[in-house]
Amino acid sequence: MLELDRIRPFSGGLRLRPFKALSTSVPVNTVPMPAQLVIPMAQHAGPPAVPTVNVGEHVGWGQIIGQAANAGSVAVHASASGIVTAIDEQLVPSGNRLIHALCIIIATDPPEQQPNSPQRLDWPESRKARLEAIRDAGLAGLGGAAFPTATKLAPARKCETLILNGAECEPYISCDDMLMRERADSVLRGALIMLDLLSAERCVVAIERDKSVALAAITTAAQTLGDDRIAVAAVPIVYPAGGERQLVESLLGMEVPSGLFPIDIGVVCQNVGTAHALDALATRGRPLVTRIVTVTGHGLGKPQNVEATIGTPIRDLIAHCGGLTPDAAQLILGGNMMGYALPSDEFPVTKSTNCVIALAKHEAWMGGDEWPCIRCGECARACPARLLPQELLVAGRVDDFESMQALGLEDCIECGCCDVVCPSHIPVTSRLHTMKSNLRAHQAQAAMASAAQTRYDEHIAREDHAAAEERRRQSELTAPLRGDDTSRRAAIEAAIARANARRQRRENDE
Amino acid sequence: MMTGVLVLTSLTVVLAFLLLAGDRLFADKGDAAVDRIERVLPRIQCGQCGYAGCRPYAQALVNGSAAINRCPPGGIATVRKLAELLGEEPQPIPKELGQASLERVAIIDEALCIGCNLCSRACPVDAILGLPQLMHTVIAAECTGCERCLAPCPVDCIHMAPRHA
Repeated sequence: MLELDRIRPFSGGLRLRPFKALSTSVPVNTVPMPAQLVIPMAQHAGPPAVPTVNVGEHVGWGQIIGQAANAGSVAVHASASGIVTAIDEQLVPSGNRLIHALCIIIATDPPEQQPNSPQRLDWPESRKARLEAIRDAGLAGLGGAAFPTATKLAPARKCETLILNGAECEPYISCDDMLMRERADSVLRGALIMLDLLSAERCVVAIERDKSVALAAITTAAQTLGDDRIAVAAVPIVYPAGGERQLVESLLGMEVPSGLFPIDIGVVCQNVGTAHALDALATRGRPLVTRIVTVTGHGLGKPQNVEATIGTPIRDLIAHCGGLTPDAAQLILGGNMMGYALPSDEFPVTKSTNCVIALAKHEAWMGGDEWPCIRCGECARACPARLLPQELLVAGRVDDFESMQALGLEDCIECGCCDVVCPSHIPVTSRLHTMKSNLRAHQAQAAMASAAQTRYDEHIAREDHAAAEERRRQSELTAPLRGDDTSRRAAIEAAIARANARRQRRENDE
Repeated sequence: MMTGVLVLTSLTVVLAFLLLAGDRLFADKGDAAVDRIERVLPRIQCGQCGYAGCRPYAQALVNGSAAINRCPPGGIATVRKLAELLGEEPQPIPKELGQASLERVAIIDEALCIGCNLCSRACPVDAILGLPQLMHTVIAAECTGCERCLAPCPVDCIHMAPRHA
């Protein structure tokens, strides 16, 4: 095994009270197949998949029902056999918000008619074919951002280090923890496939220090595997240790420059869940049709981790986990730091659904008194992106876009640390989020203005050219009449001669 | 002593010529100021300020012959920026100038269009497409919402609509 020199703390961050133990006492178990699945075409970052089936068609378990739109997209599969009952737009979770996206709705066959396993996919030999197979198996980052895995495994630059992200710093989420405890071998086999595809030199599995069981499981699995490219690193228990940029900083002591990605300094980060899905594809030919979801919170009967079929309604997950308790107040999709409140439990599980939290009344933040900023600077101390949120808020109030950019608004990872520490209870993250979209709108408008300027300049140039052309033509037409006496007379005589000739011809014809 | 005087005088003359030449070579033709002001304007060429386009208005602002509150598409934000640049007090924009705005696009009612071509000739950014005597249409992505096509239309078949409806 490889040894890491030193693990450094990254700048900023917070020590949050963990609630992982809520959901880690029961092994991962499977949610029963629901009667109806809602499978969105836009579950990943990038262009949505294009439906390939029609209403009324019978689809098999694991059949492709939406093909990748282009190289930056991934395929979507039927996560059970059944009949397509509708294809329409629905409000579904995607990225960090709810969007209207095209969904395929499948009425699933009764359990006794379901096949034993999904259709087996091929695992080809060549690198190019394997990347294609990964895209067709629907693999997208399972950490939450759902970035197409094939794209990330085919970087334009050389990758030296693969970081396998099992840090999972959100206080409630434990799906990666449980996965590593129960399927450590599979995770590491997936990591080896990634290493080969990336031709990377080493792989660091990053796990938060307090996940002792997962750490032990992965370490044992790594020793059994005996591959000296794999190292296991216990990272400090500081939120957001699992952020890509924070992991790179604490494991390798390098900072990912603003506006660039980890690959620009030779690093690729992949979630442990993605590695497991990749191994499932390579060894068992399985497309991505299920994922592990943490269903937790003090407002839930039996918090636990479940393996859910993509497209299962969140309502079924909650029912499977003991239902809501009377003091449940708010449903959160994702972690309590970076997730968002759901208006109902009617939304489907997607590839990026890592956690559902039912918050009890005493935990839920339902908005409240906001006091003026006292410029204490706590937010700046907590900010892992080294920003000055208090200054950004000032710039946001007067729409000072230059300052926003200069203060690095675009580097905000929206981790929510500033919200937690703010003594005035200012919802800083949501302000910064709004400012980000305003800034993007402003930039789009500026781009449009300069495009309009170019088109206008060209329009004027063309009009000037046309006017000059017209003047030249006029002057050519009238040139003989403006000449000296002899040429003028010649022109007149020539015209008379032409007219006479014409008259002569006409008389002859008659 | 004479040598000293001579040396200094000749130095003065040489340096004076150098300065003069430099001034001629690198003269600020007033364009820099006009450029800066033009960048503050929305540059959609609506002409609602009463000048032919954004640059002529910027020129007039530099000359001091135009008021800073004559740009409807720029709105109060532009007025504030101009006020800061030119050291004047911000003033509200008179309503009667027009309502050109990047937030809107022109739409031609294609059933009514008679193909007179007048609108496409009025469009400062060539965003209207169509052949004489045939239907015309607006390329929404290129339309800047300047409203210049509205007045020339003999059948009033053009209206403005929100860009993101």
